[in-house]
Amino acid sequence: MSDTLDAVFRREAGRCTATLIRLLGDIDLAEEAVAEAFAVAAAQWPTRGIPPNPGGWITTTARNRAIDRLRRESTRPERHLAAHRLQTNDMEPEPDPDPELEQLDAFVDVVADDQLRLMFLCCHPALGADAQVALTLRLLGGLDTGEIARAFLVPEQTMAQRIVRAKRKLRDNHAPYRIPRPAELPDRLQAVLAAVYLIYTEGHTATSGDTLTRVDLSAEAIRLARALAELMPDEPEAVGLLALMLLTEARRAARVDADGSMIRLADQDRTRWDQALIAEGHRLVRACLRRNQPGPFQIQAAIAAVHADAASAQATDWGQIVTLYDQLHAIRPDAVVALGRAVAVAELDGPTGGLAALAELDPDQLDTYQPYHAVRADLLARAGRHDEAITAYNRALELTTNPAERAFLTRQRQTAARTRRPRR
Amino acid sequence: MPQYLLSVWHDDTYELDFASPEAQRQMTQVGAFNDELQRSGAWVFASGLHPASSATVVRAAGGAVSMTDGPYAETKEQMGGFWVVQAADLDAALDLAGRAAAACERPVELRPMEGE
Repeated sequence: MSDTLDAVFRREAGRCTATLIRLLGDIDLAEEAVAEAFAVAAAQWPTRGIPPNPGGWITTTARNRAIDRLRRESTRPERHLAAHRLQTNDMEPEPDPDPELEQLDAFVDVVADDQLRLMFLCCHPALGADAQVALTLRLLGGLDTGEIARAFLVPEQTMAQRIVRAKRKLRDNHAPYRIPRPAELPDRLQAVLAAVYLIYTEGHTATSGDTLTRVDLSAEAIRLARALAELMPDEPEAVGLLALMLLTEARRAARVDADGSMIRLADQDRTRWDQALIAEGHRLVRACLRRNQPGPFQIQAAIAAVHADAASAQATDWGQIVTLYDQLHAIRPDAVVALGRAVAVAELDGPTGGLAALAELDPDQLDTYQPYHAVRADLLARAGRHDEAITAYNRALELTTNPAERAFLTRQRQTAARTRRPRR
Repeated sequence: MPQYLLSVWHDDTYELDFASPEAQRQMTQVGAFNDELQRSGAWVFASGLHPASSATVVRAAGGAVSMTDGPYAETKEQMGGFWVVQAADLDAALDLAGRAAAACERPVELRPMEGE
């Protein structure tokens, strides 16, 4: 039973919290109310069974408990203040919930829009990326502080302070609880998508030596992306993000070898790729293409789809990838994209072509950017410029802390050293 | 309605040369921004400040008051002016802050006032 309750909690916690925040006007009150409701559920459901609408049950119970508590603990003016602490500026007018007048037995269901409101609140651009990610996992993911801390390899106290500070900032600044207006929506949505993608790329699977729950942040990120794509079906970037993550996730089994070292895309055993995820990713990319409203996540998804289409590295349609990178670079002219493009150009036109693409970048700006030196070193080595390659590998190694990657780059440098012609 | 402080920040090259084309342009832009604030009802109060070199720090301890010449923060970044605005919520305040930053062509810090 407790397994099922955990599953229900994981699925419903975010949605219930989101609705309670709207009803109560306060994040902390909402969290406490939902936690109380789950405690009641844990006590009652084993004997009574799981109700047909568990989310609605949780939300109703949480709301009722919160109102009880407000009545018991507050004076009259404070009660009304609590209910309006967060401004609700919705697109559609809504009657203000007056806790005094609400029937306690009126059923309160989760509202899909509330989940969206909460996503936009958690990923408010006034918060730093770290805070956005922590808040999203806490309020929408239903993860506890310890789980989030372990997943991002920071001390629990640090993560707790980060979350408290973020909530306080939103409250003290009177952050509105609403879906952004159409003019603001594209930028605000990109922030939400970027936060979810950060959870996917930066989170680590927490290993449990004891009874701690194992948290797979990739799965969490995919779950959030699925919810976003479902809640915002008219936003192709949300669909694009999901497609990108599914296509990336499809390669997971092939990405690491038995020793835990990273295997480059070119060297992966493609029979280990997950074809079901690839099929779904392709379907979503095609749906995005039909919309013809390209955006950065959609283009990155399309690039991943071209890779997924190739039975082998040699069979990859690099011309198509270069074209996609050109498109991406036009809207996102940053170093990461430029490097990806240079790698693709090198596959198409040879290492000299890739180096020419790299030459368009500013080396001073990229001097501390490890991938720039790693890519450049590889292309120089392939172009037969071994001395320069070694210099670049050295710089890359200076900037690399990851042991598996250090080992890889060291081996590459050794190969370049062996291959160069002896000096006269 | 909640109130927010918008403060403008200069580095230590902040010398008000009112005659320079930059200063003229900025003053025009800020003037237009101030007009908008008053029209929309967001205006509470605003003013530019004389440079940090004009400041005096006053301390009171044990019944005695002492003075130091110069600003409190011994940093090269100093506040050059501020607005107090009222706005419905953070997003509305951020919109004002963005327009303020564009008008004075300098970073603007947004801080909520205590109270509401």
